[in-house]
Amino acid sequence: MMALPALSVIALIALGPVLWAVWESLYLHDLRMPWLGRRFIGLQNYVEAFSDPRFWGAIGHTVAFAAVSVTSELVLGLALAAAVDSMMRGRGVVRTAMLLPWAVPTVVVGLVWRFLFETPGGLMNTMLVRSGATPPIWFADPLAAWVPVVLADVWKTTPFVALLLLAGLQNIDRTLYEAARIDGASAWRQFTAITLPLLKPALLVALVFRTVDAFRVFDVIFVMTSGGPGTATETIAMYTFSALLENLRFGYGSALSVIIFTVTFVLALFAIRLMGRRALVEPSS
Amino acid sequence: MSWRSRQDRLKAAPTWAIAMMVAAILFPLYWAAVASFTPESQLFGQVDVVPTRLVLDHYRAVFGERGLGTAVRNSLVVAGATTFVCVIIGALCAYALARVPFRGRTLVLTSVLAISMFPQISIVSPLYLLLRELRLIDTYAGLVLPYLTFAMPLTIWLLVGFFRQLPRELEEAALIDGAGRFRALWTIVLPLSWPGLATTAILTFLYCWNEFLFALCFTLGPERYTVPVAIALFRGQYQVPWGQILAGSLVATLPVAALVFVAQRRIVAGLTSGAIKG
Repeated sequence: MMALPALSVIALIALGPVLWAVWESLYLHDLRMPWLGRRFIGLQNYVEAFSDPRFWGAIGHTVAFAAVSVTSELVLGLALAAAVDSMMRGRGVVRTAMLLPWAVPTVVVGLVWRFLFETPGGLMNTMLVRSGATPPIWFADPLAAWVPVVLADVWKTTPFVALLLLAGLQNIDRTLYEAARIDGASAWRQFTAITLPLLKPALLVALVFRTVDAFRVFDVIFVMTSGGPGTATETIAMYTFSALLENLRFGYGSALSVIIFTVTFVLALFAIRLMGRRALVEPSS
Repeated sequence: MSWRSRQDRLKAAPTWAIAMMVAAILFPLYWAAVASFTPESQLFGQVDVVPTRLVLDHYRAVFGERGLGTAVRNSLVVAGATTFVCVIIGALCAYALARVPFRGRTLVLTSVLAISMFPQISIVSPLYLLLRELRLIDTYAGLVLPYLTFAMPLTIWLLVGFFRQLPRELEEAALIDGAGRFRALWTIVLPLSWPGLATTAILTFLYCWNEFLFALCFTLGPERYTVPVAIALFRGQYQVPWGQILAGSLVATLPVAALVFVAQRRIVAGLTSGAIKG
């Protein structure tokens, strides 16, 4: 009974809109052409989405972005966590330094990295030119434009992933390593035989949560490339945003929303299954 | 916390390696901070890691002609109000979920977590139509309401974790003495869990302060822009006003940086205990 206020707020404001989006996605509703009214057209918005190359392009960009950035974040995050775990002092300083990128607004992260890669004369270009390389015009090249975007995302989230993994590392019983050392196991063998298997739950959780997060990437793209050049860096969230708020096509935009929602929801359920009882049942049991 | 042997620490990473690591993480922020004090004409092409001349021009411009002060006020009002509402209502709900046994509790908790992972873009269209119907586009309430969708599940999830860590015995004693659940919550649980409440409030505030998509979609002009939207939409007449953008970025970062410095230990505990939301 006590839970009622908050739960009804959640139901009203989170579940309601999702159902509304499903409903809206079955209509032709274009706010730029109000004289057309709001006509029921069944699944036609979905048919349009699935036959639209720009939609598939956005899906492809999103999946590629998620794959590259999440992989880098996990690998670098694990290395960072291992380094911090072996520290004798100064953990407080390092932890603060690691928490800062996570806490800085994503918009700011995007802007700062765009500034670093600005052509000509940005820091990255100046350094590359001095070392004899010819850097591309980053934000005008369909492929090179991804470099600053991915770097910004990796810079922001790797320390956070490392913090999650660090918590996992610190729960590993140290005596296991001592026993392994006495048995003559190499550092690499200790890593593959002890650290990785025992860290697997934490790694999986970080993997799925970061994937869900990467799938809805918007802020970084908006401030760094706006999806350009052309639509070369347009992600699915960016495409939906422009369908809704630039073209005011609410029926079609809602169909895109429902598609994003379905995909992330499946991923999220998968994540929660992974966390399983550990997180949901009281620790005492 | 695990016990560590002395030998284990002998192989510890050297101090210089750690210093390098911290420097690498912090460098982009340092570079942006320096640039925000550098005259516009010297922003590009030079690589002086230690600046020679610092000016306040960009900050004057940002708070003067750009009116960033309004955006700071908007952000404070919206993030503050959302945090306040969430902690009050969320505490009630979280207490029930942590302590009062009822059917389907695990299901409720699962859906709370699932909702906190909603992609925001997927509810922009219905929220926009709803807020337009209620004439709340471009108002404070028109931002607080959408913010509840991600802040409320986050608050509940964190508080459930904190409440579970409290010893049951104290409350049980109070319940046996005839106090109701509300009274037990008010007189025993809340005073004991203030560190958890503070952590939750800090994290909720951080997420609201940094939010971009909803603020971009549901405001129409500088009068209601929050800080991230304001700086993302800074435009120059002929070129990108980088000095001002970076000065604005520093203004947006200072409050969150301050919170991190003050409460880093608590924030890490809160994040790793349950809520894993990037």
